[in-house]
Amino acid sequence: MMLLSCEKVVLGYGSNIAVEDLSMKLEYGDYLCIVGENGSGKSTLIKGLLGLKSLIKGKITMNGLKQTEIGYLPQKTDVQKDFPASVFEVVLSGCLNSTGLFSFYSKKQKCIAMENMELFGIKQLKKRSFKELSGGQQQRVLLARAFCATKKLLLLDEPCTGLDPMVAKELYKIIKTINIDKGIAVIMVSHDIKTAVSNADKILHIQKKPLFLGTTREYCQSLIGKRFLRGV
Amino acid sequence: MLNFFIEILSYPFMVRAIVVGIFVSLCAALLGVSLVLKRYSMIGDGLSHVGFSALAIAIVMNWTPLAVSIPVVVLAAFLLLRLSANSKIRGDAAIALISTTALAVGVMVISVTTGMNTDVCNYMFGSILAMSQSDVNLSVVLSVVVLIMFIVFYNKIFTVTFDENFARATGTNVDIYNMLLAILTAITIVIGMRMMGALLISSLIIFPALSSMRVFKCFKSVVINSAIISIICFIIGIAVSYLYATPTGASVVIVNLIFFVLYSVIGFVRENT
Repeated sequence: MMLLSCEKVVLGYGSNIAVEDLSMKLEYGDYLCIVGENGSGKSTLIKGLLGLKSLIKGKITMNGLKQTEIGYLPQKTDVQKDFPASVFEVVLSGCLNSTGLFSFYSKKQKCIAMENMELFGIKQLKKRSFKELSGGQQQRVLLARAFCATKKLLLLDEPCTGLDPMVAKELYKIIKTINIDKGIAVIMVSHDIKTAVSNADKILHIQKKPLFLGTTREYCQSLIGKRFLRGV
Repeated sequence: MLNFFIEILSYPFMVRAIVVGIFVSLCAALLGVSLVLKRYSMIGDGLSHVGFSALAIAIVMNWTPLAVSIPVVVLAAFLLLRLSANSKIRGDAAIALISTTALAVGVMVISVTTGMNTDVCNYMFGSILAMSQSDVNLSVVLSVVVLIMFIVFYNKIFTVTFDENFARATGTNVDIYNMLLAILTAITIVIGMRMMGALLISSLIIFPALSSMRVFKCFKSVVINSAIISIICFIIGIAVSYLYATPTGASVVIVNLIFFVLYSVIGFVRENT
């Protein structure tokens, strides 16, 4: 069943076009990886999908998907560098989109936050201050927060930047598990083409314009895929 | 000590000043944490200048000061947020632009009509005699509204402050909460302005949050501690101003500064031991 679709989407900053003429469909339970070089419009596309950036042209349709059912892992912001917040506060804030108007957290939501902290191995950091953690720990906290917000779709912008390979591998495994076990669709932006190929079912390769969109197997056999995989 | 406070409280104008002061300090401290973290510290300053000019015009036209300044300042808050979000003029420059313009308008209005007198000095630097009983009633009601709104939307304010993009992406209407924050700030500033002075009121927003952040590392404890020290600083400040006949606003700011230094030292010692 279709989850969301893009039709001839154009995105950009002012007169600078960052993403051009993109059409794609995402099904429930898909695992899509967006690859491409630096500045190829990957992050911009994610922002467009999330409605953080308005479209210059084209249309994005969500099929039975509400904004409150989406989880998102953004890149870290400046504000967070000196922000006084405990790990638990940050993770729990992911549950905000399932609270009502007055936004008090229920016991159940606190449990969800705890479970996700356990999943990412940061339970013992619960009371620690977010800004004092290492880069890798912070990334895991933000991932746990994203998981709290996720019901149908999870968007990840470079989830494993600055993590050592062992930890990154572990995190990719967790993401794959949630994709398979809970049927949650995942869209991930990644530099790391090898991981992308070994995890995702579908690949979107963009360089401003979409160069390739299809299953991972097809990608590995395509010319552009072969070239990119060899690291050229 | 007790006698001293009983003596202070025997003056109705002091009681009024203390009641309003405590409420304003509380509201300002709570909102301040979020404003400082969002890099909006100067908004308080900008808005208080707008408030000054609104107040000047209200006095000249013989309107009720609070009733005129609150809508004007709320409007200015809207404008400031819009400007810093969308325009090519950056946030801090936009604030400086609006605040100096407002100050200039206020000064022009005053000099053309009544001329520079003690009243003007009182708007600038505050006076505890400025509050009438009806002002006090309105201030208390508004402060309670601000407090309730803050508590009810606490979790949203946290999320929006910590990561606006995440909040927006996951379905929280960020603009509404930024607006809410601006409106609550505007109300708090107008209420506090006449006692603290247009030039000094923004310190109530900035100091407690900054002091607390020296020592506390999680959001809730920073918020709670800000509220507590803000009230303590106000009470000490007003006591000092009564004892030594110093201006209230300035005294409160100095006490806040002392607390900031103390907290910085505590924070420094903690981190280095």
